[in-house]
Amino acid sequence: MKFIDEYRDEVATGTFIRAIHALVTRPWTIMEICGGQTNTLMKFGIDRLLPDAVTMVHGPGCPVCVTPLELIDRAVAIARRPGVLFTSFGDMLRVPGSESDLLTVKARGGDVRICYSPLDAVKLARIHPESEVVFFAVGFETTAPANAMAVWQAARLGLGNFSILTSHVLVPPAIEAILTSPDNRVQGFVAPGHVCAVMGFREYEPIALRHGVPMVVTGFEPLDLLQGIYMTLLALEGGRFGVENQYARAVTRDGNMAARDLVERVFEVCDRPWRGIGMIPGSGYRLRPEFAAFDAEKRFEVADVTACESSLCIAGDIMKGRKKPRQCPAFGSLCTPERPIGAPMVSSEGACAAYYHYARTG
Amino acid sequence: MSGKGKGVTFAAVQCPMPVADYPNVLMAHGGGGRLTQMLIEKMFLHAFSNPALEVLHDGALLEVGRERLAFSTDSFVVRPLFFPGGDIGSLSVHGTVNDLAMCGARPIALSVGLILEEGLPMEDLWRVVQSMQGAARAVGVPIVTGDTKVVDRGKGDGVFINTSGVGLIAPGVDIAPRRARPGDRVLINGPIAVHGVAIMSVREGLEFETQLRSDSAPLHDLVARVLQAAGEGVHVLRDPTRGGVASALNEIAGSARVGIVLDESRIPMDEEVRGACEILGLDPLYVANEGKCLMIVSRESAEAVLRAARAHPMGGRAEIIGEVVEAHPGTVTLRSRVGGMRVVDMLTGEQLPRIC
Repeated sequence: MKFIDEYRDEVATGTFIRAIHALVTRPWTIMEICGGQTNTLMKFGIDRLLPDAVTMVHGPGCPVCVTPLELIDRAVAIARRPGVLFTSFGDMLRVPGSESDLLTVKARGGDVRICYSPLDAVKLARIHPESEVVFFAVGFETTAPANAMAVWQAARLGLGNFSILTSHVLVPPAIEAILTSPDNRVQGFVAPGHVCAVMGFREYEPIALRHGVPMVVTGFEPLDLLQGIYMTLLALEGGRFGVENQYARAVTRDGNMAARDLVERVFEVCDRPWRGIGMIPGSGYRLRPEFAAFDAEKRFEVADVTACESSLCIAGDIMKGRKKPRQCPAFGSLCTPERPIGAPMVSSEGACAAYYHYARTG
Repeated sequence: MSGKGKGVTFAAVQCPMPVADYPNVLMAHGGGGRLTQMLIEKMFLHAFSNPALEVLHDGALLEVGRERLAFSTDSFVVRPLFFPGGDIGSLSVHGTVNDLAMCGARPIALSVGLILEEGLPMEDLWRVVQSMQGAARAVGVPIVTGDTKVVDRGKGDGVFINTSGVGLIAPGVDIAPRRARPGDRVLINGPIAVHGVAIMSVREGLEFETQLRSDSAPLHDLVARVLQAAGEGVHVLRDPTRGGVASALNEIAGSARVGIVLDESRIPMDEEVRGACEILGLDPLYVANEGKCLMIVSRESAEAVLRAARAHPMGGRAEIIGEVVEAHPGTVTLRSRVGGMRVVDMLTGEQLPRIC
């Protein structure tokens, strides 16, 4: 298949693996930011092909994982209401809230549906004027343009029965939080390709300079990832820092201007709590006041729902690169994909789920 | 409630519910993955325990005089009722015919139970029935008994169908999951994940442009040819329907206490199916198949089985996709396209399209 097979070519990937082995002279710790990259690493067994001196730690870039517990509880509270048609990306349905999850709400009679695009939720609002259609608008900068477009369209169509429950988060403030953490051990970053396809990478440059770390904007196929890791190691071994772009076929320095423009019209930057990590200033988006009518938290008055995390889950340490999933006492025993305690065990992009599915033995 | 006299309480004579973790049935309990397996092992096996059931094959093997019969049942709740390449009617005939075929049996009779929803257009019912008739005729198996029930509007998805069937197993044929042994080869008769993606392509909310058609088809004739070619060399047959190839092979690995190693680059797939799975974030190894058959055969007979399958219209794109090993019993692993190894786990919950 074009645009897939050439990036999974065994000869080309083998060349990079050998080059990485030849390059590395001492131990390095690199964080891949995005959960999609973690998944590729584990799914193709790449982690086991790297030299022992290279430690890959898994970043906070899993939208399912970092959505705060109280947001899940608010989603559950809204979805339970009669007359509500609750729509969401598929992998949010299984994320455990304090007491319930969206799949359980569905099993008990709630109208919960999977949408692949928020625009499909707008379509549902048009054909179901009798229902309150709510879309669970989570994710990083990657999903923000589509969610902004949904609100934009709903406003243009004058839809009074559409709203979104927003929990958007932003990558650069999270990287800043990791680098300023006193026990940080991350020396270089494989930066998130899809986020940068939207936002560009200008905002990463001052962070890289300030902290003296290399960051390589990287794609998601095995060859992308190996090249991104190689470029990061090359910079580390050469004592260089700054931002480089491996994913040039999708990412430019300025990103997608049309998408960024729409996002800015609909959303504004706000402080956001990250599940497992805590409050990070300026790390999220919320709807601008002129779009307040589409804010599900206001419409359903659930903003006062709060929650408290299980003390067993070490998701925060995992997403900050301090610990690996296998170091969690609950991993694979008390916490499994069927009965997840923490969100990283749920999504295909969650580090714990990737370890559980692809690397449980051997 | 307590029987005071003998100190026996009501609770003591009643079995506790064995699946206590889940207060409600979830969709994933019917998804063919880990929760389905849990339901079967903890509740159904617990309640119905008997030697024929405990084999956990696609059908039960029963001995009647000198004859060996295979007996199987399957229910169909597919939405939409009519989909590209098939419909619930033909699917319900193929499903049970194939379950019998996976026991190495030639189907001899089917039953049909119809649960109809009030208000279903009679025209739709007639289309379903005609489709069943056509499928049964093509297989050469009569539908010999049946039952009809109607439920209130809103309490069913138009039509639910149950089919059951019996088949005859020829002497010398011994197909069972436990017979997989180290050195055996794993074959499949064609590209995977076609049916699941074709169905998903027409579901509300997940529509995307595709020309995909379901590959629902009867497998009894292909199986007959394969058995002709390799006889006792055929150890296990399994149609990887719900839960896909990954779940079917995990069940076999668990049942035979062997490891299975797949070679990703050998697994046949259509470009369109791969594309759809890439976009939706689905792993094709977990997507449902119809008209597909996993065959675990002795090393010596693998080439003969491959030739026989490829010579049949249902097996033109058959491939040897892996082998059975002594290492890591109960676990399926895969050598990825880039040479790394990983575990192929059983499906957990439903496969859900990802966010980005």
